[in-house]
Amino acid sequence: MKLTLRVWRQQNADADGAMSTYEVDGISPDMSFLEMLDTLNEELILKGEDPVAFDHDCREGICGACSLVINGDAHGPERTTTCQLHMRSFKDGDTIDIEPWRAAAFPVIKDLVVDRSAFDRIIQAGGYITAPTGSAPEAHATPVPKPDADFAFEHAECIGCGACVAACPNGSAMLFTSAKVNHLNVLPQGAPERESRVLDMVAQMDEEGFGGCTLTGECATACPKGIPLMSITGMNKEWLRATRKAAKR
Amino acid sequence: MARTMWDSSVGKKTVMAVSGLIMLLYLVAHMIGNLKIFFGAGEFNDYAHWLRTVGEPFMHYEWTLWLIRVVLVVAVVAHAVSAYQLSRRDIKARPSKYVHKKPRASYATRTMRWGGIILGLFIVWHILDLTTGTVHPGGFETGKPYQNILDTFSTWYGNVIYIVAMLALGLHIRHGFWSAAQTLGVGSRTRDRALKTVANVLALLLTAGFIAVPVGVMTGVVN
Ligand code: HEM
Ligand code: SF4
Ligand code: FES
Repeated sequence: MKLTLRVWRQQNADADGAMSTYEVDGISPDMSFLEMLDTLNEELILKGEDPVAFDHDCREGICGACSLVINGDAHGPERTTTCQLHMRSFKDGDTIDIEPWRAAAFPVIKDLVVDRSAFDRIIQAGGYITAPTGSAPEAHATPVPKPDADFAFEHAECIGCGACVAACPNGSAMLFTSAKVNHLNVLPQGAPERESRVLDMVAQMDEEGFGGCTLTGECATACPKGIPLMSITGMNKEWLRATRKAAKR
Repeated sequence: MARTMWDSSVGKKTVMAVSGLIMLLYLVAHMIGNLKIFFGAGEFNDYAHWLRTVGEPFMHYEWTLWLIRVVLVVAVVAHAVSAYQLSRRDIKARPSKYVHKKPRASYATRTMRWGGIILGLFIVWHILDLTTGTVHPGGFETGKPYQNILDTFSTWYGNVIYIVAMLALGLHIRHGFWSAAQTLGVGSRTRDRALKTVANVLALLLTAGFIAVPVGVMTGVVN
């Protein structure tokens, strides 16, 4: 396959960026999107040019490091991570636009790499349980009803990639935050911090400069792990419950 | 608790949802009342007079009406101020646009913002037209709403402003009612279809019910 790539290039956080056009040839439909970019970078290095910086780690859809907006879609046209997207989703001769996640809370570091430490700070605000864990406990020690376990697991699937923020017209982190709140708040292990978790995580989310939710649903459409939009409804419910309880004290 | 509400994006959205639902409740009653215009000047003007006597003898003349007006003003102001502040936050959170544009992404957000601005302007015009009579075409007469309405809808711009605003209202409620359910945490997967249906039905009934009045005047059914 022969492709035309228009890629966002930006020297560093303070520099102005712009789209640069590159031609790549000999791309196999079986290559992943990142392997296609590797091919481009090899050519750029051979020519003595600066390779395109992009984030990646596991390349198997579980770490959440890869993060590209491809033709306006976070993680591209398929519902998966950029690393699991294959070139067979494109046609020979296509022009592909590649941009970084866009949000005030995710500043560009270089080219397609953004700083997502705002997510780490949201997790630090309450995305954990305070019980000392030690080695893995006996699975039957704390019974969890099956529907609750399924609900927790569905939300635990979030890999913290930030596609939800990138896709949202308000740069909102509600889907990410709600995934973690719902995951831990439904489990007995997460019960002691049920109220403080949601209040602190939402406060940190606001503090980081993410936008609010207008329920457009773009986040859930972009999410590679299928975290549902209703997850946000669940977090709103937890937040209102926690606010009422805090007021009674 | 009030502080937590107002300082949080989730809390401020709750203020929007509650104030929106208060206005929605009022609009349902308002729309039903308006339909009385199809039963003649006598019945309509009597109804308008009755609105001022509601609650008597416990309430004095117009007390109930003023109570409703105060609640509505508080709701409109709370709604508009939160909408403005939340929208400012949202726009600031996404300072650079994507080069590759996808228009559909912000459809709901844009309709809510533009629709909201249209509704805000409409509310001001509507009060100046039919409550105070300040911008009313022809001789405004207090206590004669039937005649006043005929005057308003005998002008082309009266009809245009009103119909455009009611279409905006329909779109606003269509997304707003369902949104409010999510904001208040009462939405769920099993209830989603029902909520969307109620939102659509409410939007359609309100828009059609309100627009029936200018259409009635234009077609001569109301004269
Ligand atoms: C002063 C005029 C108005 C303005 C400026 C306005 C503006 C807005 C905006 C911008 C939103 C979306 C906010 C967001 O999601 O962040 C919204 C939501 C909403 N509006 Fe309005 N609106 C107005 C009048 C009305 C009226 C007359 C009603 C009554 C039916 C109404 C009912 C609602 C509801 C129920 C919501 C959903 C709240 C939520 O998402 O939880 N609005 N409005
Ligand atoms: S909710 Fe989905 S899109 Fe958002 S960070 Fe988690 S996995 Fe990524
Ligand atoms: S590189 Fe780990 S999810 Fe894509």
